[in-house]
Amino acid sequence: MDLKLDHRTEDRLTIVEVEGEIDVYTAPRLRELLIDLVNKGNFHLLVNMEKVDFLDSTGLGVLVGGLKRVRAHDGSLELVCTQERILKIFRITGLTKVFGIYASVDEAKEAHGRDK
Amino acid sequence: MATVELTFSALPAHVRTARLVATAIARRTGVAEALLDEVRLAVGEACSRAVEAHRVHCPGEPIRIEIRDDSGRFEVTVTDSAPNDDIQSSTGTANGLVAAGTSADWMFGIVPEMPGLGIAVIAGLADDVEVSPGPTGVRIRMSWPAATPNGVPAR
Repeated sequence: MDLKLDHRTEDRLTIVEVEGEIDVYTAPRLRELLIDLVNKGNFHLLVNMEKVDFLDSTGLGVLVGGLKRVRAHDGSLELVCTQERILKIFRITGLTKVFGIYASVDEAKEAHGRDK
Repeated sequence: MATVELTFSALPAHVRTARLVATAIARRTGVAEALLDEVRLAVGEACSRAVEAHRVHCPGEPIRIEIRDDSGRFEVTVTDSAPNDDIQSSTGTANGLVAAGTSADWMFGIVPEMPGLGIAVIAGLADDVEVSPGPTGVRIRMSWPAATPNGVPAR
């Protein structure tokens, strides 16, 4: 399955919808989107990974790179993910301690609102 | 004797094909359904690492995969032809390799190249991993329990 990307902004939070497989072939497209969003002043990103079928270390690198960029602007990059097979790679690499990971977009938006 | 051998050009698009082939053979071999995602991810990581190394050092050379199921285990070996300087020889199980820190500083420090992260992920997934770097390339061998001849999982 190819990678489908979409994004929308709700109350200063830019939600990035990701669907499909994030690997060495498709990850550059996600990287380009995140860079483009940051360059356009979107510093609070929420990446919804509920429809991601596959994620490898290349994809992790893109997400960490995005986090690094938004933090340079005092921003945030958080994730929505409940799939065990995706969460496992975050746990293996210790990235559960680096990213805020939420069970739903609404839960993340609620937490983001509290932090504002 | 290798059950399946596959070579592919060092193109990112072929990594998906390689992991799908490996996963299909793993399923046929009787690897437990719960482990198939691990097989898919580990083989993908090994092939991605090889592709990246070939793109830097030898883009015209193919990457080789051998898939065996003749020892009571499902075994995948990914061999590249690129000289390496980012990994150490290692053998063992998952936690032995995933020993790096988990702070954001550590992760940010390796982001530009992320050397070794793919290997660390493989080590976290396969319960038997052997990484053999050499002057002419790296060989990553990994295996999982397969079904015994009577169809009962080996563990």
